[in-house]
Amino acid sequence: MKLKSLIIAASIAASTATIAHTEGVKVGMITTLSGGGAGLGIDVRDGFMLAIAQSGRDDIEVVIEDDQRKPDIAVQLADRLIQSEKVDVMTGIIWSNLAMAVVPGAVAQGQFYLSPNAGPSPLAGAACHENYFNVAWQNDNLHEAAGAYSNDAGHSNTFILAPNYPAGTDALTGFKRMYEGELAGEIYTRLGQTDYAAEIAQIRASGADSVFFFLPGGMGISFLKQYADSGVDLPVVGPAFSFDQGILQAVGAAALGVRNTSQWSKDIDNETNAAFVESFQAEYGRLPSLYASQGFDTANLLISALEVADVDDADAFRAALEAANFDSTRGDFAFASNHHPIQDIYVREVIQEGDVFTNKIIGTALSDHSNAYVDQCSM
Amino acid sequence: MSLLLFIEQTLNGLQFGVMLFLMAAGLTLVFGVMGLINLAHGSLYMIGAFAAAAVAGATGSFLLALVASFVCAAFAGVLIEFFVIRRLYDRDHLDQVLATFALILILSEATRWVFGSFPLFLDKPDWLSGTVMLPFGIEYSLYRLAIIVVGLVVAAGLFWMISKTRIGIRIRAGENDREMIGALGVNISLLYTFVFALGAALAGLAGALVGAIQSVQVGMGEPVLILAFVVIVIGGIGSIKGALIGAILVGLTDTLGRSLLPSFFGLFLEPSSAMSLGASLSSMSIYLLMIGVLLFRPKGLFGGV
Repeated sequence: MKLKSLIIAASIAASTATIAHTEGVKVGMITTLSGGGAGLGIDVRDGFMLAIAQSGRDDIEVVIEDDQRKPDIAVQLADRLIQSEKVDVMTGIIWSNLAMAVVPGAVAQGQFYLSPNAGPSPLAGAACHENYFNVAWQNDNLHEAAGAYSNDAGHSNTFILAPNYPAGTDALTGFKRMYEGELAGEIYTRLGQTDYAAEIAQIRASGADSVFFFLPGGMGISFLKQYADSGVDLPVVGPAFSFDQGILQAVGAAALGVRNTSQWSKDIDNETNAAFVESFQAEYGRLPSLYASQGFDTANLLISALEVADVDDADAFRAALEAANFDSTRGDFAFASNHHPIQDIYVREVIQEGDVFTNKIIGTALSDHSNAYVDQCSM
Repeated sequence: MSLLLFIEQTLNGLQFGVMLFLMAAGLTLVFGVMGLINLAHGSLYMIGAFAAAAVAGATGSFLLALVASFVCAAFAGVLIEFFVIRRLYDRDHLDQVLATFALILILSEATRWVFGSFPLFLDKPDWLSGTVMLPFGIEYSLYRLAIIVVGLVVAAGLFWMISKTRIGIRIRAGENDREMIGALGVNISLLYTFVFALGAALAGLAGALVGAIQSVQVGMGEPVLILAFVVIVIGGIGSIKGALIGAILVGLTDTLGRSLLPSFFGLFLEPSSAMSLGASLSSMSIYLLMIGVLLFRPKGLFGGV
């Protein structure tokens, strides 16, 4: 009996000793670095690493893994990061379906998860968790802003379309939550669809006065090029995902003048943002996208919390994260009670600067906007 | 739905079908003549689009870009045939699928390595931009009309080559009995390289033509590849005529299904469920078409008896 308790005491001592010896923090980043959606993950990673480098802290170790945009691979990577790498904080996931596969399991094991992009509605509502923080937006936010902008712009008969998958339904739901006019038509397209001739013909025939679309990545490039070529010249409104810095160059002049909604733009006027845009361009030789700004803000939130609390003291660390005491590239930034941002969402217009296509803020769609799921979260 | 919209959608379907034909023609030749399942056909489509985007970016000429897409994809086809495919003719289909699947991964990552992860810019030339007025007051994209014309010209050229030229005779003979034409003194491996390069070049051309109105990015070939397989199964494996008819059938079914089904269900269902039912059913429509064809003609419309 004595021997046994001695061993237990010794092993407890040993384990606390190892904790005391692990200085620094280990961050596990799972993001998309190969395949079709790689541009987004690369921007998040580059923004994140830029902030870590600028902080001058060499006690933060970041383990970066590529999920290839596949939920099963993301789950495997998460298990490995938690069990063998023993990371303290996780981050990085771009796509909502991957986030839904990884995040609930990770936070249930006591991990902190800081989302730099995906913000599916369940994680903001019924499935919210005290260790889950979203630094980008709740999925509906930019679409809600697009609906609000459509009202302001006097659109009263809009044609709306999005891909037929959960984030697409969220998008149209978010748009309709704010939009007050009539709908000239509503279409769910196929995920990954590349030819939009049939949809554009329907838009032409519908008598709409404007178009709202959510088609992220390559789908948006295809739609905009074909739309510009079709002779339909109704005004187009969309969330920033089809107009980020990474894909505007591929769309070219077809996107000029399009209004899109975003929580970030490179011309938001504050010191942090100006320094971020300049240093990102100097480091990587390209303009940052909204994804890069989200990665940058995520890292700065993490660093701000680490400065006041130890990550092993979960309650103190959580309180430090909730305070969101960091300089965001977006200016004012706070967390709602369900750990999603309260922030301004802007309307941007696609312009050409020299031979580079980029965005310019032309107004604010929603001020201090939170999300519709706060009440459903019992936190 | 008005008649005008219906005609416009039919044209859209025709254009989509012709584009699929360019992909499917190469696939069906390779499968019919060489007995090879080439999953990497979509990668050749991607190579064509990237080559076109690079050349158009450097020279500003769309015609040069088209030539580059054709030549680069053919060249890539020759390399792939010589170094990889040649070793697979005697293996079973599973080995071929594995090897060509590996080629997809290698070519995708290699392209990403060379061109980066962000989509490239490739636009149609000014002289093909804008719309034309067709009879009955239909406003239609000039570029899409041009794709229809190019596709039909390529189809006519292939028919002529297969039925009237010596190389066409050899291809048809190789399809029937590869050992016998080898015994008759035809250089089989040269013939195979030619067929593979031709298929690759057509895929590359399709990639460049489509890249101008879609996005040029890594992984763009795989969705089209699946449709191209559906086309050759419907048309009958190895038949160019089958590929053309199958491609146009698939193009029309897909486009018209997408536009007609939601409004059809709207006649007797409430709008939201009509839309979701229509959207789901239209994405199944081409597979339903394939099942229908295979039930009555198990070898496809123009497959051997």
